[in-house]
Amino acid sequence: MSETIPPPSAASPSVNSAPPAPTLRELFAAFVLISLSGFGGVLAWSRRMLVEERRWMTAAEFNDAYALCQFLPGPNVVNLSVVFGRRIRGTAGAAVALVGLIGPPFVIVTLIGILYARFGEIAALQRMLLGVAAAAVGLVMGTCAKMAHPLFQDRLGIAPLIALATFASIGLLRWPLYGALAVLVPLSIAIAWLRR
Amino acid sequence: MKGDTLSTLAGYFALMSLFAIGGANSAVPEMQRVAVEVERWMTAREFTDAFALAQVTPGPNVIIVTLIGYHVAGLLGALVATAAMCGPTCVVAFYVGHVWERFRDAPWRAAIQAGLVPISIGLVAASAFVVAVGAAYNFAAIAVTAVTAAVSYATRLNPLWIFAAAGLLGLVGLLGP
Repeated sequence: MSETIPPPSAASPSVNSAPPAPTLRELFAAFVLISLSGFGGVLAWSRRMLVEERRWMTAAEFNDAYALCQFLPGPNVVNLSVVFGRRIRGTAGAAVALVGLIGPPFVIVTLIGILYARFGEIAALQRMLLGVAAAAVGLVMGTCAKMAHPLFQDRLGIAPLIALATFASIGLLRWPLYGALAVLVPLSIAIAWLRR
Repeated sequence: MKGDTLSTLAGYFALMSLFAIGGANSAVPEMQRVAVEVERWMTAREFTDAFALAQVTPGPNVIIVTLIGYHVAGLLGALVATAAMCGPTCVVAFYVGHVWERFRDAPWRAAIQAGLVPISIGLVAASAFVVAVGAAYNFAAIAVTAVTAAVSYATRLNPLWIFAAAGLLGLVGLLGP
């Protein structure tokens, strides 16, 4: 595909007025870039691209859209691409942003899957993957620790308790997701409602 | 037979996508349970490998389902799994995103949002634990996990450097069999 991707600095610096709404092509290119530059999650990159570089959203608009996408189930950034794309360019915008975000990693990871199916048994590769897996887990733990910050502002300690119960039922006891969530989600929301 | 497998994949991931509170990583324990324990599509080792490969691929974490789908049913499986994991939640996002503004200040909205935060943190912690058990071959591997967790928590170092270093440690045989 011969998509022309503008350099990241194209819209900076010293532009005071909001730039014109992006075209479908620009939208697609932006989400391809977001997707390809994000390792271990792409939130930080989507903020950098949409807010700081292209200035298609203000920081407040981004926070609001992101809060919505965390609140919705499913992959957050995938949701974000759909919500943002629709706001900018309607249905076509949503489709273009989604395909831009998912398309490139889909192709890359499928190629990786083909290579793994063929060479996955090689001892050297297995040893290397052990190391990468150990680090990847650590990365998720670090992210989780950052996410957990707001929990400690709960003086009654109820939110940490719910997080712990979720962890124990899914992680330690290996209960099916749906059964555990059917109890924990209503409980947690009811408590939040009563404490509001 | 093949059609059966594809519809099974689609069913599992479509349902999972609607229960992945806080992001795709929240569904990793359920993916592991289904793929390794219930359907026996892959070994625990292969699942841990898929998780590692998905993490080093640029893009959203959700693409671990593409790898699982490919492993189970080839290219078609990859497509079906990815579409199933993204489809239902995209439809929800498409419609809810549009009316969201109207509920911005609704008290029930704030309660739901506050109630979901600890759940999503518990789910991500469970994901980390489930994969950590699969990756902890020896003391050195556990140390790599611990150091990565500390570094990613405390600094903004690009994780690619950590992945490269950890891969190298594994390659020279420090971390496992």
